[in-house]
Amino acid sequence: MGDVKKIATRESYGNALVELGKKNPNVLVLDADLAGATKTSTFKKEFPDRHIDCGIAEANMTGIAAGLSTCGKIPFISSFAMFAAGRNFEQVRNSIGYPHLNVKIGATHAGITVGEDGASHQCLEDVALMRTIPGMTVIVPSDDIEAKAAVMAAAETEGPFYMRFGRAAVPVINDNADYKFEVGKAVVLKDGTDIVIFANGVCVSEALGAADMLAADGINAAVVNVHTVKPIDKATVVEFAKKTGRVFTCEEHSVIGGLGSAVCEVLSDEYPVKVTRIGVYDRFGKSGPASALMHEFELDAEGIYKQIKASL
Amino acid sequence: MNNKELQITACNVRKGIVEAVHSAKSGHPGGSLSAADMYTYLYFEEMNIDPKNPKDPSRDRFVLSKGHTAPGLYSALANRGYFPVEDLKTLRHLGSHLQGHPCMNETPGVDMSSGSLGQGVSVAVGMALAAKLSGDSYRVYTLTGDGEIQEGQIWEAFMFAGAKGIDNLTVVIDNNGLQIDGKVEDVCSVYPIDKKLEAFNFNVVCIDGHDFDQIRDAFAQAKACKGKPTAIIMKTTKGKGVSYMENQAGWHGKAPSDEEYEQAIKELDEQLAKINEAEV
Repeated sequence: MGDVKKIATRESYGNALVELGKKNPNVLVLDADLAGATKTSTFKKEFPDRHIDCGIAEANMTGIAAGLSTCGKIPFISSFAMFAAGRNFEQVRNSIGYPHLNVKIGATHAGITVGEDGASHQCLEDVALMRTIPGMTVIVPSDDIEAKAAVMAAAETEGPFYMRFGRAAVPVINDNADYKFEVGKAVVLKDGTDIVIFANGVCVSEALGAADMLAADGINAAVVNVHTVKPIDKATVVEFAKKTGRVFTCEEHSVIGGLGSAVCEVLSDEYPVKVTRIGVYDRFGKSGPASALMHEFELDAEGIYKQIKASL
Repeated sequence: MNNKELQITACNVRKGIVEAVHSAKSGHPGGSLSAADMYTYLYFEEMNIDPKNPKDPSRDRFVLSKGHTAPGLYSALANRGYFPVEDLKTLRHLGSHLQGHPCMNETPGVDMSSGSLGQGVSVAVGMALAAKLSGDSYRVYTLTGDGEIQEGQIWEAFMFAGAKGIDNLTVVIDNNGLQIDGKVEDVCSVYPIDKKLEAFNFNVVCIDGHDFDQIRDAFAQAKACKGKPTAIIMKTTKGKGVSYMENQAGWHGKAPSDEEYEQAIKELDEQLAKINEAEV
């Protein structure tokens, strides 16, 4: 995948917001002094009157968005995942989730690919937190195309959304004519019969790489992109568990509470089968270049391949 | 409404609070009663609202940031005609639309769900900002407790409202001086509230929260003030109207027994009779 085009999904978020802003005058973007980093500065440049900088006060930003949404606006609130979901959990739960308001949360800089800033800023718990809030849709896009599609879908769908974007550039993998984004519908990227890897976010392209390496060893792995962690695509999860009989999950998130847990919940209810959760194993991140961290945490293609081989 | 009518209505709102909390066998009478005159003034005099059309996009909005005083809000809404007064007795019962803390998707007239302290002012700021962005003329009101302003998010919201000059927002602070653990100044003093809010670029009006002339005047000042949000700091008596509850922190979140309930209703009926006898 040497010459593959790479774009960070936070860039996609900013670009999609501009597109959305042109279509829908009710779309507003709120920031907490991170517009440059969350890439919503592109929206701010285009629509200065519809961009609200709340200063370094994420809790207040979340409440303001709740109030705006009750008056017919569609606010997108932007910050790093650590603050948007972590610091803000209770505001999101009580001021957005409980009243089921039409607020969209664009959380950038999720996971270890934040890189050099280190563990304090590498949120590995956000999907777990957001997934427990009733009525919250949780999406972890895998590339530029999917990230943009998620933003568009969020604007068109009533109710709260949490969208997880990354800081580091990731390969564009969905640029084909057949690609269609649907909230809650997993995308089968590679069919297979021996094992299935359910992945999302930056781990999707890495899982595809791992599947290639497994193929060289005679293991036919299916790769399914579960971009929507909630509501999860139960039918596809069960279908591939039945088809392969051996399930792996792969995510740039704690193995506690994220995609791996969501898949286990579905399968323990409907089709118990052995599941190995690949992710961050109950530890914090650390400083370093994003790619080096993906290698260190065995979330790159080679690391995923090694972990799968070790548990087969 | 003239002051006498407002006083009668406030007395009925207080009776509704006592009935609701007694029937629920739990809830928060103290802070509901301290703000009963304010609830009455907002829903019967100040706000542009229509109980028959509670979701009217052009209506004024109210966010109860101190959500535990829901019995006060519910009683005002019921007395104003949003739903039957008899419903108040279902407060906190399974299946009732009157949840322990306000729920906008359950109760007609409730503009925002609340209950977790410190979050309501931000929401009210968002509503007021929406009006500004759309060029609408509705106004937004929010009520916080004096203990509640110990929450940091409240000051984030004050800072934003002051910095952006959101003048269609009125924040009312119920300064009854008591919180669960005792006196506000003993637990963690919030004083001086007025000076702090002035420093946050608010138009500050300090009043007696049980005096309808002063309440009326405060809202007139809020409406007249341009370029700044207004804070009305109202000195009140926690538990106002029920003798044994007045100024007792212990009545923050406790229901009256059957005997205590009878006494409270008797006292409020006597106050009603006295108001009715008085000259307009």
